Amino acid sequence: MIGDYTYVEFSSILAMQGFAGLSLFSVFVLMALGLAIIFGQMGVINMAHGEFMILGAYVTYFCSLFFQEYLPSLFGIYFFIAMILAFFVSGALGVVVEWLMIRHLYKRPLDTLLATWGLSLILQQFYRSVFGAREVGVTLPDWLLGSISLTDIIDVPINGLFVMAITLTITLGVAFIMYKSTWGKQIRAVVQNRTMAGAVGINTKMVDRMTYGLGCGIAGVAGSAFTMIGSTGPTAGQLYIVDTFLVVVFGGAASLLGTIASAFTISQAQSTMEFFMSGSTAKVLTLLTVVGILMLRPQGLFTLKIRR
Amino acid sequence: MNITRLFDRSEWLGFAAIAAILLILFPSVIDIFRLNLVGKYLTYAFVAVGLVLCWGHGGILSLGQGIFFGLGGYCMAMFLKLEASTPENTSIQSTPGIPDFMDWNQLTELPWWWEPFNSLAFTIVAIIVVPSILAFIIGQAMFQRRVGGVYFAIITQAIAAILTILIVGQQGYTGGINGITDLRTLLGWDIRTDSAKYILYFVNVILLLGVVMIAQFVKVSKFGRLLVAMRDKEDRVRFSGYNVSDFKVFIFCLAAAFSAIGGAMFTLQVGFMSPSFVGIVPSIEMVIFAAVGGRLSLFGAVIGALLVNFAKTTFSETFPELWLFAMGGLFIAVVMAFPNGLAGIYSTYVKPLIARILPNEQKAANAAQATKVPTKALAE
Repeated sequence: MIGDYTYVEFSSILAMQGFAGLSLFSVFVLMALGLAIIFGQMGVINMAHGEFMILGAYVTYFCSLFFQEYLPSLFGIYFFIAMILAFFVSGALGVVVEWLMIRHLYKRPLDTLLATWGLSLILQQFYRSVFGAREVGVTLPDWLLGSISLTDIIDVPINGLFVMAITLTITLGVAFIMYKSTWGKQIRAVVQNRTMAGAVGINTKMVDRMTYGLGCGIAGVAGSAFTMIGSTGPTAGQLYIVDTFLVVVFGGAASLLGTIASAFTISQAQSTMEFFMSGSTAKVLTLLTVVGILMLRPQGLFTLKIRR
Repeated sequence: MNITRLFDRSEWLGFAAIAAILLILFPSVIDIFRLNLVGKYLTYAFVAVGLVLCWGHGGILSLGQGIFFGLGGYCMAMFLKLEASTPENTSIQSTPGIPDFMDWNQLTELPWWWEPFNSLAFTIVAIIVVPSILAFIIGQAMFQRRVGGVYFAIITQAIAAILTILIVGQQGYTGGINGITDLRTLLGWDIRTDSAKYILYFVNVILLLGVVMIAQFVKVSKFGRLLVAMRDKEDRVRFSGYNVSDFKVFIFCLAAAFSAIGGAMFTLQVGFMSPSFVGIVPSIEMVIFAAVGGRLSLFGAVIGALLVNFAKTTFSETFPELWLFAMGGLFIAVVMAFPNGLAGIYSTYVKPLIARILPNEQKAANAAQATKVPTKALAE
């Protein structure tokens, strides 16, 4: 007996909250991966990251409408096409933004913060004017609805499982790009020593642009996955941006492993506490703990040793 | 330091011009409703002046000035609310004598930390001290460990988010999302009448001019030069034997105290305080006031706060859809094209023009050129 619950009930509650935490973890990881690439690798603060994510969500929404209208037979798999589209649309916008704005500001990181905040305001209003202020939700194909019952008490929703599977795939993909592909090697070379990377023939400007595009593209995929568990509105991105930055900073900016570890810690802490107290108190406690730890250990959980 | 040497000649002119516009021109030409609005805009100028010192000169970008603005405002609002909640005024409540929102949330007695706000003297001290202590704790923890720049900005932003969630969540103690409303009198003096609004406007302007003078004093003192040196080459200052973190903590606390005074004046003039002036969005907007005016110019900060807020009111009344586009564009333009803001435009384009017409102003123009941020400093 623990409190008013039997042991079985209590462990089920823990498992359910743990699963809810895993859903939150997936969203955090997906958002934070893109941010970790842009912030950790390039040192650019992308305050418009949430808006890139929402762009992906809108792409998914329109994809679902399109398939419902014209290709109902393929509706079951529209989601995969939508994710690929979301990646390229958000990524392309990212490349354009880098070319117009970010490349002039690499040496003024605080100013990128203000400029991308301006960009996020513009994008928000753009979504509101074009897509309307109302929140929209996608229709899920049948095979994603429902849930699997593990025991009498524990139910696991299928769409949550699917989002986790996507998260895992994308994380592995990003890890592969960053650590195995030539492109990833170039990115890391530029991060570690820009001048030398240029001297051995890497086009550092191009690498910057594509890295930024990659980060934004992943944000788009994150938004696409996000539509499965929540609705999309013009300002939905802003709700997550601070949490996501904390995840990235807490994990140690330049380390992908750290980002995942910190997303896991923060999301589990928050969802477990949410059961015992009100949502806002749980959130305040989680954020305060993170900020407190960051004040004691500003470099984050995992650090990359770089000779400067 | 001799008071006449606080400003050079052209700065005295600027200071006198701003004082004349705010104290004489505005009250005589615009009606009390608009004047009250100007007063509200000017409360943001306190924050902007703080940011000029902290960000423009010290290189510390705080995205959490709303925290201090809000804390100052809430301290004032708590005092006014307690005064408005006399047992006679609140006799219909189940517990008379406590603020209405506490009664709605089933609180039966005043929380202990509300008690001292029955005293005006305590409140005035708290308006300055509470935000300064918080700024001291944040600053001490961060700057001692040499956290700066981007990390500092993100952490202050997170703290602004935390404070907003806390205020909204603890409805019974803070008034929740609606904030503390329905404020009536200050020591029996009705603050909602037109004459009170005039007086509060003048108090506000005089406080603001005082804050600008304090800021100018800091700017021209030896400490002001160290601040710029820290922004441009922190390590060299450290190697010269100065304790960089103490200086940073001090300037951050000073900016926090300025913001808090602005917050308190905001509550007095607008008549309420709510979490919508604390969070992330208002805090970043406060940075843009300083950026538009010119991040190095104290007068620019005042003008920037006035202009941006005036534009915000006008735009959002007439073209609500365009406002966010304009605001976003302003952020981008000010960062990319005019990093020195209006003050930079003035000293680059207008001053040489004046100097050509009036040759004896040439020296002043040259001096102004010399104080412009070199692009290298921005690159830091």
